[in-house]
Amino acid sequence: MNALELSGLSRSFGGLRVTSEVSLAVAPGERRLIIGPNGAGKTTLFNLVTGELRPDHGSVHLMGRDVTRLPSRTRAHLGLARTYQIITLFPRDTLLRNVELALLGLMPLRWNPFVRLDGRQDLARRARAALALVGLDGMAERPLAETAYGERRRVEIAMALAQSPQVLLLDEPFAGLSADERRDVQRLLREIPRTITIVMIEHDMDVALDFADRITLLHFGRVVVEGTRAEVVGDPRTREVYLGA
Amino acid sequence: MTTRAVGAIAILVLATLPLWLASPYYVNIASQVLIYAIFALGLNVLVGYAGLVSLGQAGLFGVSAYAVAWLVAAGAGQFLGALGALLLTLATAAIFAVLALRATGIGFLMITLALGQILWGMAYRWISLTGGDNGLRLDTRPLPFGISLASPPAFYLLTLLVFLAAIASMAVFINSPFGASVLGTRDQPRRMNALGFDVWRIRFLAFLFSGFWSGVAGLLYCYYNQFVSPQVLALQASAEALLMVISGGSGTLLGPVVGAALVVVMKNVASAYIERWNLVLGAIFVAIIVLMPEGLVPGCARLGRWLRRSLAARGAPLPLAGRLRGPR
Repeated sequence: MNALELSGLSRSFGGLRVTSEVSLAVAPGERRLIIGPNGAGKTTLFNLVTGELRPDHGSVHLMGRDVTRLPSRTRAHLGLARTYQIITLFPRDTLLRNVELALLGLMPLRWNPFVRLDGRQDLARRARAALALVGLDGMAERPLAETAYGERRRVEIAMALAQSPQVLLLDEPFAGLSADERRDVQRLLREIPRTITIVMIEHDMDVALDFADRITLLHFGRVVVEGTRAEVVGDPRTREVYLGA
Repeated sequence: MTTRAVGAIAILVLATLPLWLASPYYVNIASQVLIYAIFALGLNVLVGYAGLVSLGQAGLFGVSAYAVAWLVAAGAGQFLGALGALLLTLATAAIFAVLALRATGIGFLMITLALGQILWGMAYRWISLTGGDNGLRLDTRPLPFGISLASPPAFYLLTLLVFLAAIASMAVFINSPFGASVLGTRDQPRRMNALGFDVWRIRFLAFLFSGFWSGVAGLLYCYYNQFVSPQVLALQASAEALLMVISGGSGTLLGPVVGAALVVVMKNVASAYIERWNLVLGAIFVAIIVLMPEGLVPGCARLGRWLRRSLAARGAPLPLAGRLRGPR
Protein backbone atom coordinates (compact mmCIF):
# COMPACT_ATOMS: atom_id res chain seq x y z
CA MET A 1 0.00 0.00 0.00
CA ASN A 2 1.27 3.45 -0.87
CA ALA A 3 1.09 6.38 1.49
CA LEU A 4 -0.05 8.63 -1.32
CA GLU A 5 -1.14 7.60 -4.76
CA LEU A 6 -2.33 9.87 -7.53
CA SER A 7 -3.66 8.48 -10.77
CA GLY A 8 -4.53 10.39 -13.89
CA LEU A 9 -5.05 13.60 -11.93
CA SER A 10 -6.05 16.54 -14.14
CA ARG A 11 -7.26 20.04 -13.58
CA SER A 12 -7.84 22.92 -15.97
CA PHE A 13 -8.49 26.57 -15.38
CA GLY A 14 -10.41 27.76 -18.41
CA GLY A 15 -8.42 26.47 -21.35
CA LEU A 16 -5.22 26.08 -19.37
CA ARG A 17 -4.38 22.58 -18.24
CA VAL A 18 -2.46 23.21 -15.06
CA THR A 19 -2.31 19.59 -14.04
CA SER A 20 -2.41 16.97 -16.73
CA GLU A 21 -2.70 13.23 -16.17
CA VAL A 22 -0.37 13.20 -13.19
CA SER A 23 0.16 9.76 -11.73
CA LEU A 24 2.59 9.08 -8.94
CA ALA A 25 2.96 6.76 -5.99
CA VAL A 26 4.80 7.63 -2.79
CA ALA A 27 5.75 4.72 -0.52
CA PRO A 28 5.32 4.96 3.26
CA GLY A 29 8.27 6.75 4.84
CA GLU A 30 9.55 7.98 1.51
CA ARG A 31 10.93 11.49 0.97
CA ARG A 32 9.68 12.65 -2.39
CA LEU A 33 10.81 15.83 -4.01
CA ILE A 34 8.67 17.45 -6.67
CA ILE A 35 10.59 19.94 -8.76
CA GLY A 36 9.80 22.03 -11.76
CA PRO A 37 10.15 25.57 -13.01
CA ASN A 38 7.70 28.34 -12.09
CA GLY A 39 4.22 27.57 -13.35
CA ALA A 40 4.85 23.83 -13.62
CA GLY A 41 1.70 23.19 -11.56
CA LYS A 42 3.37 22.11 -8.33
CA THR A 43 1.20 24.04 -5.89
CA THR A 44 -1.94 23.20 -7.86
CA LEU A 45 -0.98 19.54 -7.50
CA PHE A 46 -0.78 20.02 -3.71
CA ASN A 47 -4.14 21.74 -3.68
CA LEU A 48 -5.60 18.75 -5.52
CA VAL A 49 -4.03 16.37 -3.01
CA THR A 50 -5.36 18.30 0.01
CA GLY A 51 -8.79 18.86 -1.50
CA GLU A 52 -8.61 22.63 -1.71
CA LEU A 53 -9.22 22.10 -5.42
CA ARG A 54 -11.33 19.40 -7.04
CA PRO A 55 -9.76 17.51 -9.95
CA ASP A 56 -11.57 17.40 -13.29
CA HIS A 57 -10.73 13.72 -13.32
CA GLY A 58 -8.35 11.28 -11.75
CA SER A 59 -8.12 10.11 -8.17
CA VAL A 60 -6.21 10.62 -4.92
CA HIS A 61 -5.60 7.73 -2.52
CA LEU A 62 -4.29 8.37 0.97
CA MET A 63 -3.00 5.31 2.83
CA GLY A 64 -4.97 3.15 0.41
CA ARG A 65 -8.20 5.05 0.87
CA ASP A 66 -9.91 6.96 -1.93
CA VAL A 67 -10.19 10.56 -0.71
CA THR A 68 -10.87 12.18 -4.10
CA ARG A 69 -14.34 13.38 -3.09
CA LEU A 70 -13.60 14.18 0.55
CA PRO A 71 -13.23 17.78 1.81
CA SER A 72 -9.89 19.09 3.06
CA ARG A 73 -10.89 18.89 6.70
CA THR A 74 -11.64 15.16 6.43
CA ARG A 75 -8.30 14.53 4.75
CA ALA A 76 -6.63 16.30 7.67
CA HIS A 77 -8.37 13.90 10.04
CA LEU A 78 -7.11 10.99 7.91
CA GLY A 79 -3.49 12.06 8.44
CA LEU A 80 -2.67 14.61 5.76
CA ALA A 81 -0.99 17.88 6.75
CA ARG A 82 0.56 20.61 4.66
CA THR A 83 2.46 23.84 4.84
CA TYR A 84 1.87 26.74 2.49
CA GLN A 85 4.23 28.50 0.14
CA ILE A 86 2.50 31.78 0.94
CA ILE A 87 2.40 31.86 4.71
CA THR A 88 -1.15 31.65 6.04
CA LEU A 89 -0.97 31.83 9.82
CA PHE A 90 -3.08 33.61 12.42
CA PRO A 91 -1.32 36.97 12.73
CA ARG A 92 -3.17 38.27 15.81
CA ASP A 93 -2.33 35.21 17.90
CA THR A 94 0.80 34.02 19.64
CA LEU A 95 2.94 31.24 18.22
CA LEU A 96 1.56 28.98 20.93
CA ARG A 97 -2.04 29.71 19.94
CA ASN A 98 -1.22 29.08 16.29
CA VAL A 99 0.05 25.61 17.08
CA GLU A 100 -2.80 24.99 19.53
CA LEU A 101 -5.24 25.67 16.70
CA ALA A 102 -3.50 23.03 14.62
CA LEU A 103 -3.89 20.57 17.51
CA LEU A 104 -7.52 21.58 18.12
CA GLY A 105 -8.39 20.95 14.48
CA LEU A 106 -8.19 17.22 15.08
CA MET A 107 -9.72 17.19 18.57
CA PRO A 108 -13.42 17.07 19.55
CA LEU A 109 -12.49 19.77 22.08
CA ARG A 110 -12.74 22.31 19.23
CA TRP A 111 -16.54 22.31 19.62
CA ASN A 112 -16.46 23.02 23.36
CA PRO A 113 -17.76 26.52 24.15
CA PHE A 114 -17.58 26.20 27.95
CA VAL A 115 -13.99 25.60 29.07
CA ARG A 116 -11.12 28.06 29.00
CA LEU A 117 -8.69 27.29 26.20
CA ASP A 118 -5.87 28.92 28.17
CA GLY A 119 -6.56 26.54 31.04
CA ARG A 120 -5.85 23.45 28.95
CA GLN A 121 -2.32 22.68 30.11
CA ASP A 122 -2.22 19.40 28.16
CA LEU A 123 -2.84 21.25 24.92
CA ALA A 124 -0.28 23.96 25.74
CA ARG A 125 2.30 21.30 26.57
CA ARG A 126 1.82 19.52 23.27
CA ALA A 127 1.96 22.84 21.40
CA ARG A 128 5.20 23.77 23.16
CA ALA A 129 6.65 20.39 22.30
CA ALA A 130 5.84 20.98 18.62
CA LEU A 131 7.42 24.44 18.81
CA ALA A 132 10.49 22.88 20.45
CA LEU A 133 10.89 20.62 17.42
CA VAL A 134 11.46 23.71 15.28
CA GLY A 135 13.47 25.52 17.96
CA LEU A 136 10.84 28.17 18.73
CA ASP A 137 9.69 27.12 22.21
CA GLY A 138 11.58 30.11 23.62
CA MET A 139 9.23 32.57 21.96
CA ALA A 140 5.96 30.67 22.32
CA GLU A 141 4.15 33.64 23.90
CA ARG A 142 5.21 36.12 21.24
CA PRO A 143 2.50 37.39 18.86
CA LEU A 144 3.02 36.05 15.40
CA ALA A 145 3.02 39.58 13.98
CA GLU A 146 6.27 40.24 15.87
CA THR A 147 8.21 37.34 14.40
CA ALA A 148 10.56 37.22 11.43
CA TYR A 149 9.74 35.58 8.14
CA GLY A 150 12.05 32.63 8.71
CA GLU A 151 10.45 31.99 12.09
CA ARG A 152 7.00 31.94 10.51
CA ARG A 153 8.14 29.29 8.05
CA ARG A 154 9.14 27.19 11.04
CA VAL A 155 5.80 27.83 12.76
CA GLU A 156 4.15 26.47 9.62
CA ILE A 157 6.19 23.31 9.95
CA ALA A 158 5.49 23.07 13.69
CA MET A 159 1.75 23.29 13.04
CA ALA A 160 1.93 20.53 10.46
CA LEU A 161 4.07 18.32 12.72
CA ALA A 162 1.78 18.96 15.71
CA GLN A 163 -0.97 17.14 13.86
CA SER A 164 1.27 14.01 13.76
CA PRO A 165 0.40 13.42 10.13
CA GLN A 166 1.09 10.28 8.15
CA VAL A 167 1.72 12.27 5.02
CA LEU A 168 3.26 15.73 5.21
CA LEU A 169 3.21 18.07 2.21
CA LEU A 170 5.77 20.87 2.30
CA ASP A 171 5.26 23.65 -0.21
CA GLU A 172 8.63 25.36 -0.76
CA PRO A 173 9.72 25.28 2.88
CA PHE A 174 12.97 27.05 1.98
CA ALA A 175 11.45 29.94 0.04
CA GLY A 176 12.76 33.30 1.18
CA LEU A 177 15.09 31.90 3.82
CA SER A 178 18.69 32.96 4.39
CA ALA A 179 21.49 30.41 4.06
CA ASP A 180 21.62 29.94 7.84
CA GLU A 181 17.88 29.50 8.15
CA ARG A 182 17.94 27.01 5.31
CA ARG A 183 20.46 24.90 7.15
CA ASP A 184 18.25 24.99 10.25
CA VAL A 185 15.20 23.88 8.31
CA GLN A 186 17.19 21.20 6.49
CA ARG A 187 18.37 19.79 9.79
CA LEU A 188 14.85 19.97 11.16
CA LEU A 189 13.44 18.08 8.18
CA ARG A 190 16.13 15.40 8.41
CA GLU A 191 15.13 14.76 12.02
CA ILE A 192 11.50 14.01 11.15
CA PRO A 193 11.00 10.27 11.78
CA ARG A 194 10.40 7.94 8.87
CA THR A 195 6.93 7.13 10.15
CA ILE A 196 5.95 10.35 8.38
CA THR A 197 5.96 10.33 4.61
CA ILE A 198 7.08 13.65 3.16
CA VAL A 199 6.34 15.17 -0.21
CA MET A 200 8.17 18.43 -0.78
CA ILE A 201 7.84 20.97 -3.54
CA GLU A 202 10.94 22.93 -4.35
CA HIS A 203 11.54 25.35 -7.14
CA ASP A 204 15.29 25.40 -6.60
CA MET A 205 16.68 21.88 -7.05
CA ASP A 206 19.91 22.32 -5.15
CA VAL A 207 18.58 23.06 -1.68
CA ALA A 208 16.51 19.92 -1.34
CA LEU A 209 18.31 17.42 -3.55
CA ASP A 210 20.13 15.44 -0.86
CA PHE A 211 16.93 15.18 1.17
CA ALA A 212 15.00 13.21 -1.43
CA ASP A 213 14.75 9.47 -1.99
CA ARG A 214 12.99 9.96 -5.29
CA ILE A 215 12.35 12.98 -7.43
CA THR A 216 9.48 13.87 -9.75
CA LEU A 217 10.03 16.58 -12.33
CA LEU A 218 6.91 18.45 -13.41
CA HIS A 219 6.73 20.66 -16.46
CA PHE A 220 3.58 22.28 -17.86
CA GLY A 221 1.52 20.17 -15.48
CA ARG A 222 2.93 16.84 -16.64
CA VAL A 223 5.33 14.40 -15.08
CA VAL A 224 8.41 14.61 -17.29
CA VAL A 225 10.90 12.46 -15.37
CA GLU A 226 10.63 10.40 -12.26
CA GLY A 227 13.27 8.32 -10.55
CA THR A 228 16.06 8.31 -8.03
CA ARG A 229 18.16 11.39 -7.50
CA ALA A 230 20.89 10.17 -9.89
CA GLU A 231 18.41 9.17 -12.57
CA VAL A 232 16.62 12.49 -12.57
CA VAL A 233 19.74 14.63 -12.37
CA GLY A 234 21.37 12.62 -15.16
CA ASP A 235 18.35 12.68 -17.43
CA PRO A 236 18.76 14.94 -20.47
CA ARG A 237 15.13 16.09 -20.15
CA THR A 238 15.89 17.55 -16.73
CA ARG A 239 18.66 19.63 -18.24
CA GLU A 240 16.37 20.65 -21.02
CA VAL A 241 13.59 21.82 -18.64
CA TYR A 242 15.91 23.69 -16.35
CA LEU A 243 18.38 25.08 -18.84
CA GLY A 244 16.28 25.29 -21.96
CA ALA A 245 13.15 26.77 -20.41
CA MET B 1 -7.18 41.52 40.00
CA THR B 2 -7.70 45.14 38.95
CA THR B 3 -9.99 44.12 36.09
CA ARG B 4 -11.98 42.04 38.54
CA ALA B 5 -12.25 44.99 40.94
CA VAL B 6 -13.36 47.30 38.13
CA GLY B 7 -15.90 44.72 37.05
CA ALA B 8 -17.27 44.36 40.57
CA ILE B 9 -17.59 48.12 40.95
CA ALA B 10 -19.29 48.38 37.56
CA ILE B 11 -21.83 45.71 38.53
CA LEU B 12 -22.44 47.43 41.85
CA VAL B 13 -23.02 50.79 40.16
CA LEU B 14 -25.32 49.20 37.59
CA ALA B 15 -27.28 47.31 40.24
CA THR B 16 -27.86 50.43 42.36
CA LEU B 17 -28.54 52.67 39.37
CA PRO B 18 -32.28 53.05 40.11
CA LEU B 19 -31.31 54.61 43.46
CA TRP B 20 -28.98 57.11 41.80
CA LEU B 21 -31.26 58.11 39.00
CA ALA B 22 -34.02 60.18 40.49
CA SER B 23 -36.45 60.02 37.61
CA PRO B 24 -38.02 56.78 36.31
CA TYR B 25 -37.48 58.27 32.86
CA TYR B 26 -33.73 57.75 33.18
CA VAL B 27 -34.19 54.28 34.67
CA ASN B 28 -36.19 53.38 31.57
CA ILE B 29 -33.45 54.73 29.35
CA ALA B 30 -30.96 52.58 31.24
CA SER B 31 -33.21 49.56 30.54
CA GLN B 32 -33.24 50.46 26.85
CA VAL B 33 -29.46 50.75 26.81
CA LEU B 34 -29.15 47.25 28.29
CA ILE B 35 -31.70 45.75 25.87
CA TYR B 36 -29.81 47.16 22.90
CA ALA B 37 -26.51 46.17 24.47
CA ILE B 38 -27.70 42.54 24.52
CA PHE B 39 -28.78 42.90 20.90
CA ALA B 40 -25.42 44.39 19.92
CA LEU B 41 -23.52 41.71 21.84
CA GLY B 42 -25.41 39.10 19.84
CA LEU B 43 -24.65 40.81 16.54
CA ASN B 44 -21.00 41.18 17.58
CA VAL B 45 -20.63 37.39 17.57
CA LEU B 46 -21.18 37.49 13.82
CA VAL B 47 -19.57 40.82 12.95
CA GLY B 48 -16.65 40.92 15.35
CA TYR B 49 -15.81 37.31 16.09
CA ALA B 50 -16.89 35.42 12.98
CA GLY B 51 -16.13 38.26 10.55
CA LEU B 52 -19.59 38.04 8.96
CA VAL B 53 -21.28 41.41 8.61
CA SER B 54 -25.05 40.99 8.85
CA LEU B 55 -27.64 43.61 7.93
CA GLY B 56 -30.64 41.48 8.82
CA GLN B 57 -30.21 41.05 12.54
CA ALA B 58 -33.23 43.18 13.42
CA GLY B 59 -35.28 40.50 11.67
CA LEU B 60 -34.35 38.02 14.39
CA PHE B 61 -34.93 40.61 17.10
CA GLY B 62 -38.34 41.32 15.57
CA VAL B 63 -39.36 37.67 15.14
CA SER B 64 -38.85 37.17 18.84
CA ALA B 65 -40.74 40.32 19.82
CA TYR B 66 -43.67 39.54 17.51
CA ALA B 67 -43.77 35.88 18.51
CA VAL B 68 -44.05 36.55 22.22
CA ALA B 69 -46.75 39.19 21.73
CA TRP B 70 -48.70 36.85 19.43
CA LEU B 71 -48.30 33.76 21.62
CA VAL B 72 -49.32 35.54 24.79
CA ALA B 73 -52.32 37.10 23.05
CA ALA B 74 -53.23 33.62 21.78
CA GLY B 75 -53.32 32.40 25.37
CA ALA B 76 -50.05 30.44 25.52
CA GLY B 77 -49.08 32.08 28.80
CA GLN B 78 -45.94 34.04 29.56
CA PHE B 79 -43.57 31.12 30.06
CA LEU B 80 -44.54 29.20 26.92
CA GLY B 81 -44.74 32.50 25.07
CA ALA B 82 -41.13 33.34 25.89
CA LEU B 83 -39.94 29.80 25.20
CA GLY B 84 -41.81 29.66 21.93
CA ALA B 85 -40.47 33.04 20.86
CA LEU B 86 -36.87 31.98 21.50
CA LEU B 87 -37.32 28.66 19.70
CA LEU B 88 -38.91 30.40 16.72
CA THR B 89 -36.02 32.90 16.67
CA LEU B 90 -33.49 30.06 16.69
CA ALA B 91 -35.35 28.33 13.86
CA THR B 92 -35.40 31.58 11.88
CA ALA B 93 -31.69 32.10 12.60
CA ALA B 94 -31.01 28.57 11.32
CA ILE B 95 -32.85 29.32 8.07
CA PHE B 96 -31.04 32.67 7.76
CA ALA B 97 -27.73 30.91 8.33
CA VAL B 98 -28.33 28.14 5.81
CA LEU B 99 -29.20 30.71 3.15
CA ALA B 100 -26.65 33.40 4.01
CA LEU B 101 -23.64 31.17 4.70
CA ARG B 102 -23.48 30.24 1.05
CA ALA B 103 -21.43 33.42 0.87
CA THR B 104 -19.14 35.57 2.96
CA GLY B 105 -18.29 39.27 2.80
CA ILE B 106 -20.57 41.43 0.66
CA GLY B 107 -22.61 38.42 -0.49
CA PHE B 108 -23.41 37.48 3.10
CA LEU B 109 -24.34 41.07 3.84
CA MET B 110 -26.73 41.26 0.87
CA ILE B 111 -28.44 37.96 1.68
CA THR B 112 -29.00 38.90 5.33
CA LEU B 113 -30.27 42.29 4.17
CA ALA B 114 -32.76 40.60 1.83
CA LEU B 115 -33.91 38.12 4.49
CA GLY B 116 -34.42 40.93 6.97
CA GLN B 117 -36.49 42.82 4.41
CA ILE B 118 -38.66 39.75 3.81
CA LEU B 119 -39.48 39.61 7.52
CA TRP B 120 -40.17 43.34 7.57
CA GLY B 121 -42.49 42.88 4.61
CA MET B 122 -44.32 40.10 6.41
CA ALA B 123 -44.73 42.22 9.54
CA TYR B 124 -46.02 45.08 7.45
CA ARG B 125 -48.30 43.22 5.05
CA TRP B 126 -49.44 39.98 6.70
CA ILE B 127 -52.03 41.94 8.60
CA SER B 128 -54.09 38.99 9.88
CA LEU B 129 -51.04 37.70 11.73
CA THR B 130 -49.09 40.80 12.65
CA GLY B 131 -51.65 43.58 12.73
CA GLY B 132 -49.74 45.35 9.96
CA ASP B 133 -49.00 48.97 10.72
CA ASN B 134 -50.92 48.78 13.99
CA GLY B 135 -48.57 46.17 15.36
CA LEU B 136 -49.30 43.84 18.25
CA ARG B 137 -49.88 44.67 21.90
CA LEU B 138 -48.64 42.73 24.90
CA ASP B 139 -51.17 43.31 27.66
CA THR B 140 -48.98 42.56 30.68
CA ARG B 141 -45.36 42.01 31.48
CA PRO B 142 -44.55 38.55 32.82
CA LEU B 143 -44.47 37.84 36.55
CA PRO B 144 -41.36 35.70 37.05
CA PHE B 145 -41.71 33.89 40.42
CA GLY B 146 -44.60 36.19 41.19
CA ILE B 147 -42.42 39.32 41.07
CA SER B 148 -44.07 42.26 39.38
CA LEU B 149 -42.04 43.94 36.65
CA ALA B 150 -44.45 46.81 36.23
CA SER B 151 -42.24 49.44 37.87
CA PRO B 152 -39.23 50.83 35.95
CA PRO B 153 -36.66 49.77 38.61
CA ALA B 154 -37.98 46.20 38.75
CA PHE B 155 -37.89 45.89 34.98
CA TYR B 156 -34.44 47.45 34.92
CA LEU B 157 -33.10 44.87 37.38
CA LEU B 158 -34.48 41.97 35.32
CA THR B 159 -32.87 43.45 32.20
CA LEU B 160 -29.60 43.89 34.09
CA LEU B 161 -29.60 40.22 35.13
CA VAL B 162 -30.17 39.10 31.56
CA PHE B 163 -27.50 41.53 30.35
CA LEU B 164 -24.96 40.15 32.85
CA ALA B 165 -25.80 36.63 31.70
CA ALA B 166 -25.26 37.72 28.09
CA ILE B 167 -21.90 39.34 28.73
CA ALA B 168 -20.75 36.38 30.86
CA SER B 169 -21.74 33.96 28.11
CA MET B 170 -19.73 36.07 25.64
CA ALA B 171 -16.66 36.03 27.90
CA VAL B 172 -16.84 32.26 28.34
CA PHE B 173 -17.53 31.67 24.65
CA ILE B 174 -14.70 33.79 23.31
CA ASN B 175 -12.09 32.25 25.62
CA SER B 176 -13.22 28.71 24.85
CA PRO B 177 -11.82 26.33 22.24
CA PHE B 178 -14.96 26.90 20.19
CA GLY B 179 -14.39 30.66 20.43
CA ALA B 180 -10.86 30.13 19.12
CA SER B 181 -12.33 28.09 16.26
CA VAL B 182 -14.70 30.94 15.37
CA LEU B 183 -11.87 33.51 15.43
CA GLY B 184 -9.79 31.19 13.27
CA THR B 185 -12.50 30.98 10.62
CA ARG B 186 -12.59 34.78 10.59
CA ASP B 187 -8.84 35.16 10.05
CA GLN B 188 -7.93 32.17 7.85
CA PRO B 189 -10.95 30.13 6.74
CA ARG B 190 -9.03 28.17 4.13
CA ARG B 191 -6.30 27.28 6.53
CA MET B 192 -8.83 26.26 9.17
CA ASN B 193 -10.38 23.83 6.70
CA ALA B 194 -6.97 22.32 5.93
CA LEU B 195 -6.34 21.97 9.68
CA GLY B 196 -9.46 19.83 10.06
CA PHE B 197 -12.05 22.41 11.15
CA ASP B 198 -15.56 22.36 9.66
CA VAL B 199 -15.73 26.05 8.76
CA TRP B 200 -19.36 26.00 7.65
CA ARG B 201 -20.62 24.33 10.78
CA ILE B 202 -18.57 26.62 13.03
CA ARG B 203 -20.12 29.65 11.31
CA PHE B 204 -23.57 28.09 11.51
CA LEU B 205 -23.30 27.59 15.28
CA ALA B 206 -21.93 31.11 15.71
CA PHE B 207 -24.98 32.36 13.80
CA LEU B 208 -27.32 30.48 16.14
CA PHE B 209 -25.53 31.86 19.20
CA SER B 210 -25.81 35.35 17.76
CA GLY B 211 -29.47 34.79 16.90
CA PHE B 212 -30.23 33.50 20.38
CA TRP B 213 -29.12 36.73 22.06
CA SER B 214 -30.81 38.85 19.40
CA GLY B 215 -33.98 36.94 20.25
CA VAL B 216 -33.53 37.49 23.97
CA ALA B 217 -33.13 41.21 23.30
CA GLY B 218 -36.29 41.18 21.17
CA LEU B 219 -38.16 39.49 23.98
CA LEU B 220 -37.09 42.13 26.48
CA TYR B 221 -37.94 44.85 23.99
CA CYS B 222 -41.49 43.52 23.73
CA TYR B 223 -41.80 43.32 27.53
CA TYR B 224 -40.45 46.85 27.83
CA ASN B 225 -42.74 48.53 25.30
CA GLN B 226 -45.60 46.03 25.58
CA PHE B 227 -45.98 46.71 21.88
CA VAL B 228 -44.28 45.75 18.59
CA SER B 229 -44.63 47.33 15.19
CA PRO B 230 -42.91 46.76 11.82
CA GLN B 231 -40.30 49.45 12.44
CA VAL B 232 -38.66 47.07 14.94
CA LEU B 233 -37.40 44.90 12.09
CA ALA B 234 -36.86 47.63 9.51
CA LEU B 235 -33.51 47.94 7.77
CA GLN B 236 -32.76 51.02 9.86
CA ALA B 237 -32.90 48.94 13.04
CA SER B 238 -30.39 46.45 11.61
CA ALA B 239 -28.13 49.28 10.48
CA GLU B 240 -28.32 50.93 13.91
CA ALA B 241 -27.30 47.69 15.60
CA LEU B 242 -24.38 47.41 13.22
CA LEU B 243 -23.38 51.00 14.02
CA MET B 244 -23.49 50.19 17.73
CA VAL B 245 -21.10 47.28 17.22
CA ILE B 246 -18.72 49.12 14.93
CA SER B 247 -18.66 52.45 16.80
CA GLY B 248 -18.06 50.76 20.15
CA GLY B 249 -15.49 48.35 18.77
CA SER B 250 -16.37 45.11 17.00
CA GLY B 251 -14.72 41.96 18.27
CA THR B 252 -14.43 43.32 21.81
CA LEU B 253 -16.51 42.42 24.84
CA LEU B 254 -17.44 45.96 25.91
CA GLY B 255 -17.46 47.68 22.53
CA PRO B 256 -21.06 46.73 21.62
CA VAL B 257 -22.22 47.82 25.09
CA VAL B 258 -20.62 51.25 24.74
CA GLY B 259 -21.97 51.57 21.21
CA ALA B 260 -25.48 50.69 22.36
CA ALA B 261 -25.27 53.24 25.18
CA LEU B 262 -24.08 55.90 22.74
CA VAL B 263 -26.90 55.34 20.25
CA VAL B 264 -29.71 55.00 22.81
CA VAL B 265 -28.61 58.01 24.84
CA MET B 266 -28.24 60.15 21.73
CA LYS B 267 -31.63 59.05 20.49
CA ASN B 268 -33.43 59.78 23.75
CA VAL B 269 -31.52 62.51 25.50
CA ALA B 270 -30.08 64.56 22.67
CA SER B 271 -33.37 64.48 20.79
CA ALA B 272 -34.94 66.38 23.68
CA TYR B 273 -32.58 69.30 23.10
CA ILE B 274 -31.68 69.17 19.43
CA GLU B 275 -34.27 68.67 16.79
CA ARG B 276 -31.76 67.32 14.27
CA TRP B 277 -30.24 64.78 16.64
CA ASN B 278 -29.70 62.35 13.76
CA LEU B 279 -27.23 64.86 12.39
CA VAL B 280 -25.37 64.92 15.71
CA LEU B 281 -25.28 61.12 15.82
CA GLY B 282 -23.97 61.06 12.26
CA ALA B 283 -21.25 63.57 13.13
CA ILE B 284 -20.25 61.48 16.14
CA PHE B 285 -19.97 58.36 13.97
CA VAL B 286 -17.83 60.20 11.43
CA ALA B 287 -15.59 61.45 14.25
CA ILE B 288 -15.24 57.90 15.62
CA ILE B 289 -14.38 56.46 12.22
CA VAL B 290 -11.78 59.17 11.58
CA LEU B 291 -10.15 59.29 15.02
CA MET B 292 -10.70 55.72 16.26
CA PRO B 293 -11.44 53.51 13.28
CA GLU B 294 -11.23 50.41 15.47
CA GLY B 295 -14.07 51.71 17.69
CA LEU B 296 -14.40 53.58 20.96
CA VAL B 297 -13.32 50.85 23.37
CA PRO B 298 -10.09 49.73 21.62
CA GLY B 299 -9.47 53.36 20.61
CA CYS B 300 -9.68 54.65 24.19
CA ALA B 301 -7.50 51.77 25.36
CA ARG B 302 -4.91 52.81 22.80
CA LEU B 303 -5.23 56.44 23.83
CA GLY B 304 -4.77 55.44 27.48
CA ARG B 305 -1.63 53.44 26.70
CA TRP B 306 -0.26 56.32 24.66
CA LEU B 307 -0.99 58.84 27.41
CA ARG B 308 0.63 56.68 30.06
CA ARG B 309 3.70 56.21 27.88
CA SER B 310 4.12 59.90 27.17
CA LEU B 311 3.50 60.78 30.83
CA ALA B 312 6.23 58.36 31.76
CA ALA B 313 8.57 59.56 29.03
CA ARG B 314 8.42 63.32 29.61
CA GLY B 315 6.19 65.73 31.51
CA ALA B 316 2.59 65.58 30.45
CA PRO B 317 1.97 67.00 26.98
CA LEU B 318 -1.66 67.34 26.03
CA PRO B 319 -2.57 65.06 23.17
CA LEU B 320 -3.47 66.72 19.90
CA ALA B 321 -6.13 65.14 17.80
CA GLY B 322 -3.69 64.67 14.95
CA ARG B 323 -1.24 62.80 17.15
CA LEU B 324 -3.78 60.28 18.36
CA ARG B 325 -3.18 58.18 15.33
CA GLY B 326 0.57 58.35 15.89
CA PRO B 327 2.79 55.62 17.29
CA ARG B 328 1.05 52.44 18.37
